[in-house]
Amino acid sequence: MLGVLPQNAEMKGLLEYKGTDLAHLDGEAFRRIRGKEIALIFQDPTTRLNPLMRIEDHFVEEIRTHEPISPKEARSRAREALVSMGIHESRIRNYPHEFSGGMRQRIMIALAVVLNPSLLIADEPTTSLDVIVEAQILEILQDLKGVYKMSLMLITHNLGIVAEVSDRVAVLYAGKLAEVGPVRDVFHRTIHPYTQGLLASVISLDTRDLHSIDGTPPDLVDPPTGCRFHPRCPYAQTICSEKVPQLQEYRPGHFAACHFGDTFV
Amino acid sequence: MISTTQLAAHDIEDLLIIEDLRVHFPVKIPFVQRVLSREKLVVHAVDGVSFSLKPGEILGLVGESGCGKTTVGRAAVRLLDPTTGRITFEGVDITHLGQGKLRPLRRRMQIIFQDPHASLNPAMTIGRAIGHPLQIHKIERNEEAIRRRVLETMREVGLTPSEQIYDKYPGDLSGGQKQRAVIARAMILEPKLLVVDEGVAMLDMSVRAKVLELMLSLKRKYGLAYIFITHDLATAKFLCDRIAIMYLGRIVEIGPAATIYSDPKHPYTQALIQVIPIPDPDKRRKKTLPRGEVPDSIHPPGGCRFHPRCQSVLVTCGWEGRDFVELLGQYLSQVSKDSDDGKTLGPIEEWSASGLIARRRGTPENLPRMVGEVKRIISKAPSALNQAVGSVTTQKDWVVVQFRNPEELKQTSIDDRMVECLLYQ
Repeated sequence: MLGVLPQNAEMKGLLEYKGTDLAHLDGEAFRRIRGKEIALIFQDPTTRLNPLMRIEDHFVEEIRTHEPISPKEARSRAREALVSMGIHESRIRNYPHEFSGGMRQRIMIALAVVLNPSLLIADEPTTSLDVIVEAQILEILQDLKGVYKMSLMLITHNLGIVAEVSDRVAVLYAGKLAEVGPVRDVFHRTIHPYTQGLLASVISLDTRDLHSIDGTPPDLVDPPTGCRFHPRCPYAQTICSEKVPQLQEYRPGHFAACHFGDTFV
Repeated sequence: MISTTQLAAHDIEDLLIIEDLRVHFPVKIPFVQRVLSREKLVVHAVDGVSFSLKPGEILGLVGESGCGKTTVGRAAVRLLDPTTGRITFEGVDITHLGQGKLRPLRRRMQIIFQDPHASLNPAMTIGRAIGHPLQIHKIERNEEAIRRRVLETMREVGLTPSEQIYDKYPGDLSGGQKQRAVIARAMILEPKLLVVDEGVAMLDMSVRAKVLELMLSLKRKYGLAYIFITHDLATAKFLCDRIAIMYLGRIVEIGPAATIYSDPKHPYTQALIQVIPIPDPDKRRKKTLPRGEVPDSIHPPGGCRFHPRCQSVLVTCGWEGRDFVELLGQYLSQVSKDSDDGKTLGPIEEWSASGLIARRRGTPENLPRMVGEVKRIISKAPSALNQAVGSVTTQKDWVVVQFRNPEELKQTSIDDRMVECLLYQ
């Protein structure tokens, strides 16, 4: 969605953002959207921040790429963004290594929201953080959703975070959507056996017995035929290895791709 | 595996006893700076930790990164030399034992690290790696016998088909298989104590469950005791008999897992339990989070180390000069540099703190005004900090904020656990 895939990636299909097909956008046009319209927060803030650049220079560079304003104005916008993330404005001339992990992640979020994008993509934004800082960052992300009316796409493997933050969930397995729907439906009225397995294997404070999904994720060079989950599915029948299941709507907005979806509704 | 090494441990109840363990690391600083600043910088990684471990018991060491849990684990098996304190393993004081005397003991205490990939030599087959400890400790010389024992251990930890995997290299194995191989390599020595440092953190959810089950079954079968080091409270609750919650080099609460989770006493434990995400959208709740992040352990906060972030903090918890500087910093960040307040009290770099005192230099003209402003800011601070300030005075051309002495922090026992918090003292 940001046009940052490696050179050898082949992309097919439709990727429409506010009426524009991103899949066929050229580099220059994409640059105008990236950062300004759609922003990304990475898992590891140290890979996003240039160790040789002061924090303010990150902001000035980014803001001035998209908006024709003076460096001075850009710096004052940067200061506002930092303060809104709870970072002292006097630290704007510091270098990335002078901040803690949680603060670096906040700087990343400030960098992502300073241009007021409509869509924020957060790729495992808290995986490298401690639990309490993780909760702090998730709170900030939820506030952004509320205050700036930003849409948030949260990429994570942590189902607890999904349950706490999101409105809708899409469950991916081996490159295909297994299930999509409102968070309550997906968690409480689960359809796809893969989602069932995932939810059962979460270790939470209430866990008494451990569950796991047998087998290992498939090799995507040669994915399984039919339903890609069938070799690991406890309910698999012959049809599952022969025919690719299509996404089907079982409840308003709740889709799943399983031949036996009806039996789980 | 029938134990061939059931030595002296019979009549000793505790397998491992750690008393007032301290591990400090001197900070490496360039020579010139070292000469210029007389202060010796030391990381207080572990600062007074005591606990004991019974055979067949799983103790969870839980805390955020930098709390010293890994250092405790490493010191327990003497991969690190303690600065002070005492470590007793199977009744033997091993605190200062030399490598030669430690080596026979190492057969009975093993450690497993977070990254199984980094723990296995990529050029050594799995079978050879697992059998290697038998050769190192000269337990078995016969190649055929070693192979037999390796295969037996591999089956035990579920590393099957063992005959095929025996000749494979670590690169051919999945993450879960590699972690099983590492467990097999530790188990082949029939240890009594296994330190597991974030041993399942890097594994997928589904694989993680299986490795945890394996750990439980080894405990039941061989009475193996574990120190399970983790930041994941949910996993710790599932696995551990007892839990020790660590913060900045100290255990703040230790006791049976069930009690600690059902009724956490220390505010830090309460915070940690509260932030575990619940995988149920119907159970969303508003959290009250501790402020900020873990401070650095070169200059840990005075009094209770958690006091600057604590939700239930008292007047006597250890407020000190730098807490005022911190408060002032927050205040100044909200007002403009050019405002009256900003000019009178800022910039924040002018302030210095040492122990219970915070101070800055002023001019005779602006000193009274400064004192007034400082008092006003303190009066608006949270009540615990506000009441902890003893006086705001001028001494020559300095403004001095003096805090009251904190109460001495002791460990309090509540039912079957220990808590280090003034709320219960």
